[in-house]
Amino acid sequence: MMKRLLTLLVALMLAGPVSAQNGPLRLTITDGVIEPITFAAPSFEAENPAAQQAASDISRLVVQDLAGTGLFREVPAVAFISQVSSFAQPVAFPDWRAINAQALVVGAVNVNGNQLTVKFRLYDVFSGQELGQGLQFAGTVDGWRRMGHKVADAVYSRITGEGGYFDSRVVFVSESGPKDNRQKRLAIMDFDGANVQFLTDSSSIVLAPRFSPNGDRVLYTSFESGFPRINVLNVANVGRQQLQTAPGEMAFSPRFSRDGRQVIYSLSNGGNTDIYRTDLATGQHVRLTQTPSIETAPSLSPDGSQIVFESDRSGNQQLYIMSANGGEARRISFGEGRYGTPVWSPRGDLVAFTKQNAGRFHIGVMRIDGSEERLLTSSFLDEGPTWSPNGRVIMFSRETQGAGGTSSVYSVDISGRNLKAVPLQGGSSDPSWGPLQP
Amino acid sequence: MTLFKKAAVLLLVLATAACTNPDRFGGGAGGAGAGGADGTGIGAGVAGSASDPTSPLFFNQTIGDRVLFVVDTSTITPTGQAILDGQAQWLLTNADYRAIVEGHADEQGTREYNLALGQRRANAVREYLVSRGVPSGRLQVTSFGKERPIAVCSDESCYAQNRRAVTVLSFSAITS
Repeated sequence: MMKRLLTLLVALMLAGPVSAQNGPLRLTITDGVIEPITFAAPSFEAENPAAQQAASDISRLVVQDLAGTGLFREVPAVAFISQVSSFAQPVAFPDWRAINAQALVVGAVNVNGNQLTVKFRLYDVFSGQELGQGLQFAGTVDGWRRMGHKVADAVYSRITGEGGYFDSRVVFVSESGPKDNRQKRLAIMDFDGANVQFLTDSSSIVLAPRFSPNGDRVLYTSFESGFPRINVLNVANVGRQQLQTAPGEMAFSPRFSRDGRQVIYSLSNGGNTDIYRTDLATGQHVRLTQTPSIETAPSLSPDGSQIVFESDRSGNQQLYIMSANGGEARRISFGEGRYGTPVWSPRGDLVAFTKQNAGRFHIGVMRIDGSEERLLTSSFLDEGPTWSPNGRVIMFSRETQGAGGTSSVYSVDISGRNLKAVPLQGGSSDPSWGPLQP
Repeated sequence: MTLFKKAAVLLLVLATAACTNPDRFGGGAGGAGAGGADGTGIGAGVAGSASDPTSPLFFNQTIGDRVLFVVDTSTITPTGQAILDGQAQWLLTNADYRAIVEGHADEQGTREYNLALGQRRANAVREYLVSRGVPSGRLQVTSFGKERPIAVCSDESCYAQNRRAVTVLSFSAITS
């Protein structure tokens, strides 16, 4: 799934271990491949004594972010021939070529009071060129992780040509307690599981939070009133209010429109569940589906013109696409089993979904015409995919079997590689991946 | 039984439910979660009440407060019909009570779909009770989807108990 245009491997095979390359360092993420780009990231220079801890922490985080993608492999410091003691000193490229580091990240950190600045440069070792220009990020000492993520995002982006996803946050449901009395509360974390903060208490069941496009608000379903209702929560001050939906017995499965001004959701009345849209400013409601079957889990296309959703109108759960204003829907899922929780990719070309077949659950992706279905995972219970901001990674919930079953948030590349649990204390479910932070 | 006694019994039911289900209906929306449905403690605490045909305990235990469903369906089974006939009769006799019908699903399904499926089940119960003469204004429906299983194993013996609709009584003098 990743293929490199680098022609480096070919060059190595033809000419021996170390050879000049022709093109610039570039990793194109596609579906076949495998061979990670090797990189070295010597510990960032501390420009003053106060910066020592941050310099060490930040460089370690950059390595962790990049290596964690599976697309990059760190050349460990023990292999280094040349040390980088100063950000400004010229790079001894032959020393890095000799240990086969294709990319070199050097950086420096300065701490002044609570102010922290990080600068870095990225080098394409084999061409002996700097890749992009030096960049500097400024923030607070407490926010050092964000600075590290920003450096890693820039490196990722320069080498792959795609947007990064490290400086992003995920809202999710933190779980505790036994299966028949599970306590659930909303929480927010960095994409890598760090900096968990709770947004609600566990006095009522909360489900399926969804970030607004710019990350300022979260929609979620709450049982505070005893009946499922949609709340809107302000992330900055944790203030929340109930969404004034169309009249109905239950409202759930909300998502923001791409401009954050409207909410699409499911409303149940008299045993029938349909999809509605409410305008946050005017309070006006529009009913988008009119069938006696269950229509739920709506997700808008990036251009806002279409909605993918699930319906059991055919007899069991399948995926459909309709205009954002409702009307005729076309079915896109035709494989064996049942399909639910579709989520349109940020690039618009794919739909991620949960598939249930032969007693197993899968997270999968398919093109929007339903072709090229690809199952990425398989377990007792996987569900609820959410896309990374760049559309390369999917997070989802995985619940284990049996009386002691617990739920964890996992991530997987859209190639099916690099499956791993997000390290969190306690149970976790229903992730919703927010945007790359400004 | 006097109104006062009825209220006292119900309070006990509510209190027990509040202990075992601290996270449900905290706002006092009326329903009290599974009530005595999971069979914990109530029989011992209010001995003999289950044989008093006007008591909520009689409703919960002797008549049966719940009906079960076949996988992915909301059709009331013949067994379920018999239980609901009893519930309807009780509700018609004890006109001071209202009920919330709570629909549930087993864990073998996605969260949103199971919420909708639970609503379908709860509504099927409401429609049946209304067809037996219970005023629809006394019945509300909600769904917990797969969020509140009562049996926690991951096989059919548990799933069968979790695919349920529970009629949860609440006391409310409908006077005016």
